[in-house]
Amino acid sequence: MNSDFSDIAVILPELLLSVMGMVLLIWGAFRGNRDFHVITLTAAALMAAAAVLAILTPTGGGFNNLFVNDAFAQFAKFVIFGAGSVCALMAVTFSADTFRRFEMPVLMMYAATGLSIMVSSQDLMTVYLGIELSSLSAYVLAAMRRDNLRASEAGLKYFILGALSSVILLYGMSMVYGYTGGTSFDAIAAGIGGDASFGLIIGLVFLIAGLAFKISAAPFHMWTPDVYQGAPTPITAFLATASKMGAFALVIRVMLEPFADITAEWRQIIILLAIVSMIWGSLAAIWQTNIKRMMAYSSIGHMGFALVGVAAGSEAGVAGCLVYLATYVVMNLGAFALILSMKRGGQPVETIADLAGLSRDRLPMALALLVVFFSMAGIPPLAGFFGKFLVFTAAIEAGFWWLAVIGLVTSVLSAFYYIRVIKVAFFDEPGEDGGFDASDISLRTVYGASAVFLLIFIAFVGYVIDWAGASAGVFA
Amino acid sequence: MAITLEHYLVVGALLLTIGLFGILLNRRNVIIILMSVELMLLSVNVNLIAFSTELGDLTGQIFALLILTVAAAEAAIGLAILVVFFRNRGNIEIEDINSMKG
Repeated sequence: MNSDFSDIAVILPELLLSVMGMVLLIWGAFRGNRDFHVITLTAAALMAAAAVLAILTPTGGGFNNLFVNDAFAQFAKFVIFGAGSVCALMAVTFSADTFRRFEMPVLMMYAATGLSIMVSSQDLMTVYLGIELSSLSAYVLAAMRRDNLRASEAGLKYFILGALSSVILLYGMSMVYGYTGGTSFDAIAAGIGGDASFGLIIGLVFLIAGLAFKISAAPFHMWTPDVYQGAPTPITAFLATASKMGAFALVIRVMLEPFADITAEWRQIIILLAIVSMIWGSLAAIWQTNIKRMMAYSSIGHMGFALVGVAAGSEAGVAGCLVYLATYVVMNLGAFALILSMKRGGQPVETIADLAGLSRDRLPMALALLVVFFSMAGIPPLAGFFGKFLVFTAAIEAGFWWLAVIGLVTSVLSAFYYIRVIKVAFFDEPGEDGGFDASDISLRTVYGASAVFLLIFIAFVGYVIDWAGASAGVFA
Repeated sequence: MAITLEHYLVVGALLLTIGLFGILLNRRNVIIILMSVELMLLSVNVNLIAFSTELGDLTGQIFALLILTVAAAEAAIGLAILVVFFRNRGNIEIEDINSMKG
């Protein structure tokens, strides 16, 4: 029994969130949606506390080798909980709205818990349960605005395609189990023995396809634009940041821990996903008029760039991926805070053309938009540049210079639509429908902090790279 | 004729394919999609249990029980979202799930 209690130490952040989630649920059940404001702020504070706790939690495995808390998991959890906390903070803007449901921050906490279980998993069963805990929470979150057709349609589409992807993932897991003789990562690595059988390859393909759905890499991206557009904006921000970070960290862990010996087999699939995502993410975004749909294609493209680091398969590639994802999360939090702030005459607007005249009405907001979107385009010295630089360097070192070339070309193509947003905000003539409203203090904090982070990132980039390198060292 | 592992794997693969076609070819009703997803989950369970017997290892059976449990939760959430959608749209025809385009 003694060892059971010492195991608890490695799941402290998850334990904090799941227990406090139930407390908040009971609180909400008694006080109703009147306390939305307080419950949401409490959830944000709890997730921030979990982010700090994730770093302080001792490293080590537990629960009969089903779960591990290592340097890689700590990095991923810090980003996931941090992003979750900021998304809950954005949701505070709904306090004055008729749409304010206390379940929303609570479900965000549970989704974040599921994501952190995913990144810590050491067994296919833990992977599956983590994915389902986060996905089931996310389906409900997407359909949260119950009286809105688009939100419920987004929830329905997300649910159908998410359930399908879970099945594909599970089928892959069953084949991997059958042809290696185990579900734990150690047993799989031992069962492969350096040589992949045909059944194992089938399992691997299904497994990667299922995971690609979760990170919305093309050609498994079809749910992304509809869900991003239909879901309430703080939820979209959560799906674009915390969910992506968790699912991507899981991809890295699954590829580099159990399947490290058959890198040549999975690398081809990852490279294909990376190329299709980069190209489709850059091209399809050009024709979008809705800014949330544009962000969906932008995230598909970003996932493609980050996959280049995974394809490299090296420690430097993983470290590059982690830096890329961390900056991607900050950029997206800023961008969605800006999108949530787009209001004219009390009405939220979300087409790109609606940004016209922003620099005249709200200069600080327009400047934050400038920084965030230039950073997304990867223009130095902003933060977005370093992630791209690191993954492309890792790909060249691993001998995939042509992959880096495709990455550079698509990165230039994608700069077109990011800079178009800036052009509309600064130079286009506004229509007659009134100026921009002032944004809430919580949103101003989020996009202001995001823009400042992206601007001064160059000052502490060395520290972040060191941390990411130490985290990637887990797979050495 | 003895029934071997391959036979179970073929049944599993067939069930998965039938479920997949149920989703792709079905142009009418969302409920049918939910049924197809359940069928595909069961095909995974057939696989896991066949492998578990073949390997003489209990893990696969435990995994199958986990899947059954989670599938119940998933179906509950799916039907709940479907009810919300029906209230807003008035029907659940697949052709009508198209308010967003681009």
